[in-house]
Amino acid sequence: MGWLLESLNSSLGKKFIMAVTGICLILFLIIHLINNLTLFLGPEVFNNVVKNLETIKPLVRVVEVILLLIFIFHIFNGIRLWIENRQARPERYAVNGSSKNADVFSRTMVQTGSVIFVFLVVHLQTFWYAFNFGSPLTDLHKYYEFVADSFKSYAYSGFYIAAMIILGVHLNHGFQSAFQTFGWNHKKYFSFIKILGAVYSIIMAVGFGSIPVYFLFFYGGN
Amino acid sequence: MATILNAKIPEGNISEKWTNHKFNMKLINPANKRKYQIIVVGTGLAGASAAASLGELGYNVSAFTYHDSARRAHSIAAQGGINAAKNYQNDGDSVYRLFYDTVKGGDYRSREANVYRLAEVSGNIMDQCVAQGVPFAREYGGLLDNRSFGGAQVSRTFYAKGQTGQQLLLGAYSALSRQVGKEKVKLHTHKEMLELVVVDGIAKGIITRDLLTGEIESHSAHAVILATGGYANVYFLSTNAMNCNTTAIWRAHKKGALFANPCFTQIHPTCLPVHGEGQSKLTLMSESLRNDGRVWVSKIKKDMREPNDIPEEERDYYLERKYPSFGNLSPRDISSRSAKEVVDDGRGVKGGEAVYLDFRDAINRLGKNAIEEKYGNLFEIYETITGDNPYNMPMKIYPAPHYTMGGLWVDYNLMSTIPGLFVLGEANFSDHGANRLGASALMQGLADGYFVIPYTIGNYLASDKPELIPADHDQFKKDKSGIEDLTKKLISINGKHTVDELHKKLGRIMWNKVGMARNEKRLNEAIDEIRNLREEFWKNVKVVGSAEGLNQTLERAGRVADYLELGELMAYDALERKESCGGHFREEYQTEDGEALRDDQNYSYVSAWEFKELGKWEHHKEPLEFEYVKLATRSYK
Amino acid sequence: MSDGRINLKLKIWKQSGPNFPGSFADFEVQVSPDASFLEMLDELNNDLESKGLEPVAFESDCREGICGTCGLVINGQPHGPIPKIATCQLHMRNFKDEDTIWVEPFRAKAFPVVKDLIVKRSAFDKIMYAGGFVSVNTGGVPDANAILIPKEKAAESFDAAACIGCGACVAACKNASAMLFVSAKVSQFALLPQGQPERYERVQKMVKVMDDLGFGSCTNTYACEAECPKGISVRNIARMNRDYFVAKVKSANLEVEV
Repeated sequence: MGWLLESLNSSLGKKFIMAVTGICLILFLIIHLINNLTLFLGPEVFNNVVKNLETIKPLVRVVEVILLLIFIFHIFNGIRLWIENRQARPERYAVNGSSKNADVFSRTMVQTGSVIFVFLVVHLQTFWYAFNFGSPLTDLHKYYEFVADSFKSYAYSGFYIAAMIILGVHLNHGFQSAFQTFGWNHKKYFSFIKILGAVYSIIMAVGFGSIPVYFLFFYGGN
Repeated sequence: MATILNAKIPEGNISEKWTNHKFNMKLINPANKRKYQIIVVGTGLAGASAAASLGELGYNVSAFTYHDSARRAHSIAAQGGINAAKNYQNDGDSVYRLFYDTVKGGDYRSREANVYRLAEVSGNIMDQCVAQGVPFAREYGGLLDNRSFGGAQVSRTFYAKGQTGQQLLLGAYSALSRQVGKEKVKLHTHKEMLELVVVDGIAKGIITRDLLTGEIESHSAHAVILATGGYANVYFLSTNAMNCNTTAIWRAHKKGALFANPCFTQIHPTCLPVHGEGQSKLTLMSESLRNDGRVWVSKIKKDMREPNDIPEEERDYYLERKYPSFGNLSPRDISSRSAKEVVDDGRGVKGGEAVYLDFRDAINRLGKNAIEEKYGNLFEIYETITGDNPYNMPMKIYPAPHYTMGGLWVDYNLMSTIPGLFVLGEANFSDHGANRLGASALMQGLADGYFVIPYTIGNYLASDKPELIPADHDQFKKDKSGIEDLTKKLISINGKHTVDELHKKLGRIMWNKVGMARNEKRLNEAIDEIRNLREEFWKNVKVVGSAEGLNQTLERAGRVADYLELGELMAYDALERKESCGGHFREEYQTEDGEALRDDQNYSYVSAWEFKELGKWEHHKEPLEFEYVKLATRSYK
Repeated sequence: MSDGRINLKLKIWKQSGPNFPGSFADFEVQVSPDASFLEMLDELNNDLESKGLEPVAFESDCREGICGTCGLVINGQPHGPIPKIATCQLHMRNFKDEDTIWVEPFRAKAFPVVKDLIVKRSAFDKIMYAGGFVSVNTGGVPDANAILIPKEKAAESFDAAACIGCGACVAACKNASAMLFVSAKVSQFALLPQGQPERYERVQKMVKVMDDLGFGSCTNTYACEAECPKGISVRNIARMNRDYFVAKVKSANLEVEV
């Protein structure tokens, strides 16, 4: 197994881990978004979806553990890369010219990633914890109402929307970057992958972001 | 007493000489090769290929470069291509034809046997480079592509875009890297050779200065190979790299190695003109531009009009006028001299030192796209440097020193007159005679390094059985302290003139008086002026900083000190050669219509100069016999 | 401005040795717009020398953009503001009168400063020694035309081989990664039949040495490609990644020896 550890610990291996975990998270987000968009179909549909998930709880738990591991790998490895990469240039430039040779998406992965991490903690605490371990509202399986309630706060929704925009920024680079890391950069197809990545990122940001917007401005509720 | 030099040319028919010689040379048993220590100075095409090949054979090689890496040598800047007599184009090429063209191109001042060997191994070079993974240009069928080059009627030039020298050097560097990785070659970077150590008349090692620490070090070996390039920077402005210098071969010369044909310098016709005092070097624009560009100047002296305002009938397409059959593609020496003529006549660009290279007609004929496809990157380079757009405005070009055919004298085995000292590539005088043809320099460097020296050095080691002298031998100590003293002296003068100022002055003398056209009066003036300048240098040079650590001014000062001696010898040599041939044009010896007039009766020899004392040399000769190539006047009319 | 010359303020990094702290020194120059950037520094140095002051140490050689010796970070950009040229090809007409120009050395842990603007780039050579070659000895090789190579492949290989080893990719990368340099060499050989026998061993060896030398990882910002004087494509990095993973999966060797 020595060779495997060595390979994964190499500069290319670490990138590989980022890309593999990143792709997994990209796929997860699609499922997550589809799930969330059922909110637009009204309380009944959404509550049913969540209840149905309850019936396959053991499977959900397994998936959650895998997801957790993927997140940890992605985050831990990203931080490790960031630290090592900073060490590769102990003395910084007096004039930073990076805006002239690289786009803002690629240069800010660790910053956008950090914001997303903070968001993730808050998000898990509000929704995942509440859905799983209960709150007065969810005890009555009023998941939908709980969501609607949560987004009533301008501050919370604002934070949520901002985080989704940042998520889009993060994904825009991450998507095509993963392909590059796997070596799938072809003269003909790579520009298509970049566009696909941008479209995906916009869908994610708009899709997730639309939910707080909806509850804040368009949902009369209760 | 002047002696006749023996080039040790093997017996037999020219086509069998090298084969026979290879068989007759002594060999060293593979297990014994590792007992031999060989020093290679320089890591350009010749040096890197030699060091790599000798390492592969099993010798212990120490390679030296003053660069930070072996990959930086100036071979890297060669653009056009490399000749090889492969006859892949089925157009009648052969080893014999390449040999013939090269001897003729060199204006019959090179050694037939060497040139034949060069042509003979040219094919092996291509095989070798391809095997190394050099990405040459290909045809659609996957075979190698060829282009034609000046001075030849066949297509035998292989190329990798306009970066052939780079690709070949990186190939040799990769072979060298492999040996460095295997620890068969010890590569010393940032170390400049400052002295050759000679014990009992035999080359035994070198003294170097570590350019980062300033430390002077001794290195001993069974044999020393110099592959340190040419000396065109004696003109200050040339197409050579900033660091190219004569120091290694010059110091060897002062230790007894004869210097051959120093006045044979190639002035390349298509370079960018000087823009001002601060100019540091001249940039070559590929000769291929002359395939479609037309060279012209105004018919009127000091014509200050913009080129596009000069009407057709007032333009003088002087190359087409004088050489109707070769026109704009006339050989380098002839094109350069013609440019100088019109400039001397006051008809250069706005009265200055430049002529036009115009693509207007080619663009009208072939369309802008076709021209862009062919020369796009060259046009871009031109625009980057000059700020002018050559699609709308003719290029301005002027000749510049580019290559030096002269160098240390070597025999057929590439050994100098000091036993144990071998000289390869541009550093030796060997194969190009009085004028080098395009795409021949790369060929020669690699022939010497890959295919000649591995044989001949083995023969030397096996037959002469040289001893390894320890690096703390008295002679090493003496030479080391000599270099330390020289260094101290340079720093202690602390005079009024910077090194660059003095180098520029020397350059002006050389360019004006030992440049494209020479005459007795100016050559004599040059000798006087160089001597005065040398005196001024040693009285008044200003070298700031110390001998310890990195000191680039000190590096340059040592090199300029050597140029100030070499320049004088170049003038002497030019004075002695009372004929015009190739890159050496004596105004006194020309035909009625201004063409070079060779004197085969009296000057069919190699001049080799022995250093006696500063400003004093003894003249030796190696007669040149032409058994196979008929002596004829070169005509491109 | 006088006679078309422009006045510039220079802030140049001065550092007397690898183990000394450095700082910026201020200079003022008046220079012809036709001069190159390095000629401007030549003039500055000549002035300093004639005053008995120590010149600014910088490296250069061919001054036509092919040897890869020169390399300065000018206003935050390796080789200056103009794309696809080396520092020596940058001309002063790209600056305006009264501009302030910051000149720094390439900065990377693997490229320690030697003096002022000179850095040590021997790390690149060490990577080359590990595998940047095709293992053939001189002589005994097949005829040059015995190996057929499609024109396109040869051209692609050439584009990778055009790398001049200047180190601008490392200097530009926010992670000081050497991937563009290494991948260019890996790609040159990976694209050619001559490089196939060692293809997967080579990439493992070169990457291993690269990692050991303290370069950062690639995070696909593509700053390297943007600043490369030869426009080497990041597709080479993708190719190297692919070859590396394939090598790791397929190779029977448990350990990479260099």
